[in-house]
Amino acid sequence: MAVSRRLQKELRDLQVTGCPTGITLLQADDFQSWILSLEVLGDTLYAGEKFALRFGFDNSYPITPPAVTFVVDDQYQSPVHPHVYSNGHICASILGNEWSPVLTVSAVCITLQSMLASCKSKERPPDNDRYVRHAPADPRKTRWDFHDDDV
Amino acid sequence: MSSDNEYSDQDYYDDEDEDVLLDDAEDESASEMDVDAFDTDYRLSAKGNRKIYEVEYESLSQGDIEKLMKDDVDNVSGIFGVDEDTASLLLRHFEWNKEKLIEKFMDNAAAVNAAAGLSVPEKPHPDRSQSSGVRRSTRQNSADKVKTSSKTKSIIERISPPVEERFVCPICFDDSQTEYLSLSCDHKFCTDCWNAYIASKIKTEAEQWITCMGEDCKIVAPNAFIRKSLKNDSKSWQRFQELLVRHFVSCNQSLKYCPYPSCTYTVSCPSASSKSSLTQIVPIVVCGQSPTHKFCFGCNIDDDHRPVVCGVARLWMQKCQDDSETANWIKSNTKECSKCQSTIEKNGGCNHMTCKKCKYEFCWVCMGPWSEHGTAWYSCNRYDEKASIDARDAQSKSRASLERYLHYYNRWANHEQSAKLSVELYAKTEKKMEEMQMSSDLTWIEVQFMKKAADEVFKCRMTLKWTYAMAYYLDSGNQKELYEDNQRDLERAVEELSELIEQPLDPEVVPSLRQKVTDKTVYVQKRNEIVLEDTAKGFLEGRWSWNVPVEGFD
Repeated sequence: MAVSRRLQKELRDLQVTGCPTGITLLQADDFQSWILSLEVLGDTLYAGEKFALRFGFDNSYPITPPAVTFVVDDQYQSPVHPHVYSNGHICASILGNEWSPVLTVSAVCITLQSMLASCKSKERPPDNDRYVRHAPADPRKTRWDFHDDDV
Repeated sequence: MSSDNEYSDQDYYDDEDEDVLLDDAEDESASEMDVDAFDTDYRLSAKGNRKIYEVEYESLSQGDIEKLMKDDVDNVSGIFGVDEDTASLLLRHFEWNKEKLIEKFMDNAAAVNAAAGLSVPEKPHPDRSQSSGVRRSTRQNSADKVKTSSKTKSIIERISPPVEERFVCPICFDDSQTEYLSLSCDHKFCTDCWNAYIASKIKTEAEQWITCMGEDCKIVAPNAFIRKSLKNDSKSWQRFQELLVRHFVSCNQSLKYCPYPSCTYTVSCPSASSKSSLTQIVPIVVCGQSPTHKFCFGCNIDDDHRPVVCGVARLWMQKCQDDSETANWIKSNTKECSKCQSTIEKNGGCNHMTCKKCKYEFCWVCMGPWSEHGTAWYSCNRYDEKASIDARDAQSKSRASLERYLHYYNRWANHEQSAKLSVELYAKTEKKMEEMQMSSDLTWIEVQFMKKAADEVFKCRMTLKWTYAMAYYLDSGNQKELYEDNQRDLERAVEELSELIEQPLDPEVVPSLRQKVTDKTVYVQKRNEIVLEDTAKGFLEGRWSWNVPVEGFD
């Protein structure tokens, strides 16, 4: 099965070569859902905070992007960021129309890490309340408008 | 340099002429496609009996459009000396605007090739072409492995010779794979991954512009590559062809894809291709797939909205969506504040009202100011006081506009409702026709007059329906009066005919009924023609003026 082979390879890379700095594999018991923790290192607005990312894979991975959200539970919160909704949904083009099958879990983590690192002001997206009320469970079902690429 | 350009231009125009001649000879539709053909006369000989409220149009099948596309592709590939797939990509990138493509291509072919996803843009340091920016360089790992020299220009994909050095597809990591494909950018992936990727792009994203799977790679897969990658998946290939046709159609103002589900026909209607023409004609067309595939070329209203033009019909639909039911409710349940005209619903309490918005205090019963009510708090006996009468006058004025809307809306809705009931009418009519055959000596052919009458009633109700939408927005004056005279004559005739065919059947009078119905049907037909023709003529002459600003009319 193509999905499991690919994920096996990604998992082995993460375990053997190690995760990128600031990223830790928390849970990867199956090939449906993984959880990784994410810290933004250096002098950023998120210094000292720790977030968790949940990756959901289906059979078409990596042809289609994984469903990636920030975990929101007792332990973790979604980061306050103009592209991250309070329910953990992320508005990032690489998780949508700019996804490429050569991208990996680790590449997505690094992109999101740098998205947080370059943030200049901690605030929610302007339409947060409205979106969260009606958001579908799977963020990939949302039709995102990618407003700006500079944050 | 300049003489070079001139020569090429000349070349191109010559080609064009040839094209037109050819088109004329073998295919009328092709010449209709020319953007400039709009106001030239060689296009179509008038179809003789076309009515003034009908438009000239032509229905094209998917094959017809493919032929038009091929003509353009051949033309471009001839001029530039490139293969068909390259020409197709160039044209698609320029949204099938041949003139623009030729101009830009002559100007800077390399830039055009790069923008159209044909070649990797030339950079001073090709080695670093992919690793710009912090974010990107961090996720290079996988892309690096497949990146080799990226300076090739050829569009032909390469098939790597089977496993010379051990190459693993960076997507599926399946090391049992032996066949790889890459586009001109040399990003190699196994054929299974290409297959899954391209099929998913076509099926789930309905995309005809399919880029390489490499990250940030803008190279686009040419048709031959897609065909090869899809292997035996003829369904996806077919869908891809359809997507190409749809893209072509959407790039051409004088073409429109039939909106009916899973229909693959296109209608060409050059006379309705410009926005300004939509203030003069109502381009109702029917595609060649089925006579029920009737739609408006100019707008998205799902109805034959003749005689009224798209702009006005749209205003009306918008208003109906916003207003109709709500308006009824507001009318029966609310009053307006006599000072600021806010609409107020009284849902309990005494008659002493204080407007939430402007804080004006008034009496709900007489609508006069509360200050004059003294201590008579719970009953109002001041109905005839001057202040109260004034307040109610103002109120009735604002109600009048609502009344006016409802007047038109109710008539509109009535005709729509009757048209919806036409299924029943047809069933009843059919029964009557059978009865007639039994009770009189009329044959099946001879009782067809009933069906014809029912058809006509249905048709005219559709016309009448939209005449009310138009009348609502028509500026009052002589023109409107004449218009409403025609409308009234048609309406009366339709109601009479409708009554004739719906009344219970009396075997004694069948012959006289037949005469009456036949006569009336002819009359109704004539009245309908008059309404449609006169309104259409009015649009052409710019005779109608509106009581609100309408898009396109100034």
